[in-house]
Amino acid sequence: MSESPKTLHIVQLYPRDMNIYGDWGNTLTLLRRAEWHGYTVRVTDYNPGDTFPDDVDLVIGGGGQDSGQSKIHDDLMQLGDRLKNLADDDVPMLMICGMYQLFGHFFKTKDGDTMNGIGLFDIETHGSDQRLIGNIVTQSDTFGTIVGYENHSGLTYLGKHVQPLATIQRGAGNNGQDNTEGAVYRNVIGTYLHGSLLPKNPALADWLIEQSAMRRYGDFTPTVIDDRFAEHARAVAIKRPR
Amino acid sequence: MSYSVLAGKAIQRVARMRGGSGSALPGLIIERIDPGFMKRTLDQLPHGVVVISGTNGKTTTTKMVVALLESQGLRVFTNRTGSNFTRGVAAALLADVDRSGKLDADIAVLELDEAHAVHFVRMVPPRYSLFLNVLRDQLDRFGEIDATAKLLQTIAVATTDGVVINQDDPRLASQTFTEAISAPDIRSYGVSEHLHEQFPSDDEMRGRDTKPAPAPHNTFADRTELRAIDGNQATFYFDDTEHTVSLELKGIYNIQNAAAALALVRLIVGSEIQTAAMLNALSDVRPAFGRGETIEIDGHPVELVLVKTPSGFRLSLASFDPADTTVMIAINDNYADGRDMSWLWDVEFESLRAAGVDTVTGIRAYDMALRLQYDLVDVSRVETAIPAAVSDFLARNHSTPKRIFCTYTAMLAIRRELSKRTQVEVVA
Repeated sequence: MSESPKTLHIVQLYPRDMNIYGDWGNTLTLLRRAEWHGYTVRVTDYNPGDTFPDDVDLVIGGGGQDSGQSKIHDDLMQLGDRLKNLADDDVPMLMICGMYQLFGHFFKTKDGDTMNGIGLFDIETHGSDQRLIGNIVTQSDTFGTIVGYENHSGLTYLGKHVQPLATIQRGAGNNGQDNTEGAVYRNVIGTYLHGSLLPKNPALADWLIEQSAMRRYGDFTPTVIDDRFAEHARAVAIKRPR
Repeated sequence: MSYSVLAGKAIQRVARMRGGSGSALPGLIIERIDPGFMKRTLDQLPHGVVVISGTNGKTTTTKMVVALLESQGLRVFTNRTGSNFTRGVAAALLADVDRSGKLDADIAVLELDEAHAVHFVRMVPPRYSLFLNVLRDQLDRFGEIDATAKLLQTIAVATTDGVVINQDDPRLASQTFTEAISAPDIRSYGVSEHLHEQFPSDDEMRGRDTKPAPAPHNTFADRTELRAIDGNQATFYFDDTEHTVSLELKGIYNIQNAAAALALVRLIVGSEIQTAAMLNALSDVRPAFGRGETIEIDGHPVELVLVKTPSGFRLSLASFDPADTTVMIAINDNYADGRDMSWLWDVEFESLRAAGVDTVTGIRAYDMALRLQYDLVDVSRVETAIPAAVSDFLARNHSTPKRIFCTYTAMLAIRRELSKRTQVEVVA
């Protein structure tokens, strides 16, 4: 047993402006599960104009409305190189919906306006008239079945330097056309799924915690967590109408 | 004599005999055979049409507005619960008109769902409208919260005489929302400064401080303010006077909506208002079903609290003291409830940690149980089937006060169960 508890430092990107559809559920799940696995957890909110912390173990970002995206855009563009360095240093990150889009090259609205992203993911997103809404079930080699809820009108296309997070079993995913959902670059995951994502997909939550613990401390010994509620909730979600 | 009215009424009778509520089908048919029916009927009303819209609180507020207008001697037509769609309005009119198509009323007060209200006001421009709030509800239906605000703005713009707005809702009380309104009389209601912290908004939930630019303060010709809440007493301020009223209504959000109802009725009636009669009527209004009503089962109270949005759920948890009360939570995800379960993660349940939750039920019971697990709240029983859960909950907690937080369709199912044990109004 170690004398002092090991600490993991989670940074929430832009919780003030990019926080919708239960994004807090993802942070809360990481916080609780990391504690249950024996770590002390520190959560720092990073909002536009704040000083980005030095000792980051995990970065999480959520969705937002168009108005939220424009409020954080300048700040994010300045922070872009820093985030890319952290990604190349294998810091795990989870970006949902709006932040997923802004981690790509650009978001082009259907009127032709372009909002640049930081280009961490080799993806581009195009606005559309349709809204892709509903329960979604996907399949990933690493994480098994991932369940969630999607609600977006941006259509995202993957380039060569990024892998999809999962393939679609039911729902639309990145663009409703190529059967892919989300993106993975090193330990960075982008996805359209909320619902919230992590509570109902504990394997994904534990993977993020494991990556951050391995990177910081060189080991990760998980505790057995009672995930029966999550298993039942997943089984129900898979059977619900779109 | 109007043949379409007679035909519609006949269809309504058949639909009722077949066991339906007599709402959707006759409404659909009258719309088809006589598209001008609704406008023609409502145009007869000497005081016109009032539309009440917003995410939360429409039903209770409408109930209050009707009672307050009646206290002023007006005969009021209103649409009943669950028919807040255009078609439901047509069906309700059909039931109330006489054989010649005449409606025996002075004014119509309609609660309308945001999206349907837009459709409605294109046909029938309201004389007055009231906007309660724009909250995160049913985003899966309308897309985004800002889009919902735009729907409400369309209704405000179509309003001819006067508009009442919740000044505590940053989107409604914004410059963007109000500047497009051409009605000559724009008024507001709101809660006083020191009550603000009891009414958290969605935006404030995570410390969001980027509100849209507020409307200039001279936008509003008049303000009705909720100044204080003390037990079942509320103090309102208008006409340069404080008025204290004791209320049957429970829950601070219902009392906030009472300020909305007062503001609207004061606008409609104008300087002829009989304030004492209006306040007396307000004190007698009982909560609409499922909005904090109490049902006695074997002499012990069961309180039903409808929860639809994160802020509504948070306010409900804050409004009702958890001490000495056994709690059940029922969560469905049918279309009327909203399919997306994300909203449960925008509510904090720490206040239930000390006593725990007795039962979680509904289609999405396990989503709720999972949510409680992450707030470290113990759950004694999870049972997705509502009838079994209700029976067991009542049997195991026979003599304690009970409270059930439920989504809309879960509430309908619970009321059906309770009606087997006592007299309860069952809504089809």
